[in-house]
Amino acid sequence: MKAAAFSYARATSVADALQLLARHGDDAKVLSGGQSLMPALNLRLSRPGILVDIGRLSELRGIAVAGDKVTIGALTRHVDLLGSREVAETLPLLREAATHVAHPAIRNRGTIGGNLAHADPASELPACMLALDATLVIRGVEHERRIGAQEFFQGIYATALAADELLTAVEIPLPAPGTRHFFHEYTRRSGDYAMVGLAAMARADKGHLSDLRLGYFAVGDRPQLVRAAASLVGVDVTPELVAEARTELMTELDPPSDQQATAAMRRHLAGLLLARCVAAVLDRPELAPEQAS
Amino acid sequence: MTAAIAIALTVNGEAVAAEVKPRLNLADFLRDDLGLTGTHVGCEHGVCGACTVRLDGEIVRSCLTLAVQADGCAVETIEGLSDSGEIADLQNAFRDRNALQCGYCTPGMLITAQDLLRQKPQPDRAEIREHLAGNYCRCTGYHAIIDAVETTARARTERAT
Repeated sequence: MKAAAFSYARATSVADALQLLARHGDDAKVLSGGQSLMPALNLRLSRPGILVDIGRLSELRGIAVAGDKVTIGALTRHVDLLGSREVAETLPLLREAATHVAHPAIRNRGTIGGNLAHADPASELPACMLALDATLVIRGVEHERRIGAQEFFQGIYATALAADELLTAVEIPLPAPGTRHFFHEYTRRSGDYAMVGLAAMARADKGHLSDLRLGYFAVGDRPQLVRAAASLVGVDVTPELVAEARTELMTELDPPSDQQATAAMRRHLAGLLLARCVAAVLDRPELAPEQAS
Repeated sequence: MTAAIAIALTVNGEAVAAEVKPRLNLADFLRDDLGLTGTHVGCEHGVCGACTVRLDGEIVRSCLTLAVQADGCAVETIEGLSDSGEIADLQNAFRDRNALQCGYCTPGMLITAQDLLRQKPQPDRAEIREHLAGNYCRCTGYHAIIDAVETTARARTERAT
């Protein structure tokens, strides 16, 4: 299908974009890379009166490591994440996740800010923000505020952003030395939205897990940090304990059924991911005997 | 304000000036306004890859790009890549290996495969599959396409040494 008619304004600065959003309110949609918005427009799931194009605000594009955090501008594209030495060195989880975001032609245009503001529950990067304990930087005409990733994501395509606000950057604390990451997702086709996925950070000290953050995606209406594996922290992990954590995960998650997978299948795959993650972080492959790819 | 907006860009090296409605996507602009129908429109929501073109040297989905966003940019389509001879060997390899039947996906396949070969001259088959994973083909079953890209990569590498 073709998009319904809309007006178009190309913002010349962040301040200009915020003025446009303040003026048009709910009638406006922000266009950054367009890789989530354009499908919604073409399918007429979204019919804004005006698009505010922030795509040329180069001050919002870039990756900087300073002090104890990495700041990533909202217009930083997926291809930038993949090509960044800073990201590869400091946030390998994010780099690995970006390889799973759609396809090369989409990664060339799609932006991290657009991805997060779109808040698709099956998307990789929102779950990474949870695992990495990211802070999102939001600006309005007369204010700037920071909000944790867990409060930012509020439901299917729903975030803490008001109609007159713009997501300008994400700030990610530098992981402590020795922190390990795990990323895996199950998809029907490489690059498609996941049936179930897991972005995780953890430490393994003398064979014991600590600082475990498991960010699941495509298991509900928003990315979800799960508690189920807390029983594995600080103890000698055995296959029995992993099995218990998986059972607990089954009750903690309440995934949907859709044309991609049933809820039961999603629960099963989420359990597999839990075992694979623990096995990978602890370097103990025997903890994940089922090797489904 | 839904009125047409003036844009100026280059398409396959030629300067183009036009007035376009904001909602017009780049694929429809290329096809309907410029008559460049080699860019195909399949799913219109970024899934199939048939509309792949180059924008400032990078491959993009032209169905997920507005014509107004291409203002000031350099667009290259399958017509440009064909006429310049840049992908003649790849096209020949597709024909030799029967890597197309109906041909609908072929322009997008060729542009995407060429994008891979520019970035990585000697990809293995898994890398070829991964790079082409965003392009649907409903005829060939893909193996012949992978073969053709692999053959082209080998031949180019041999020519270069």
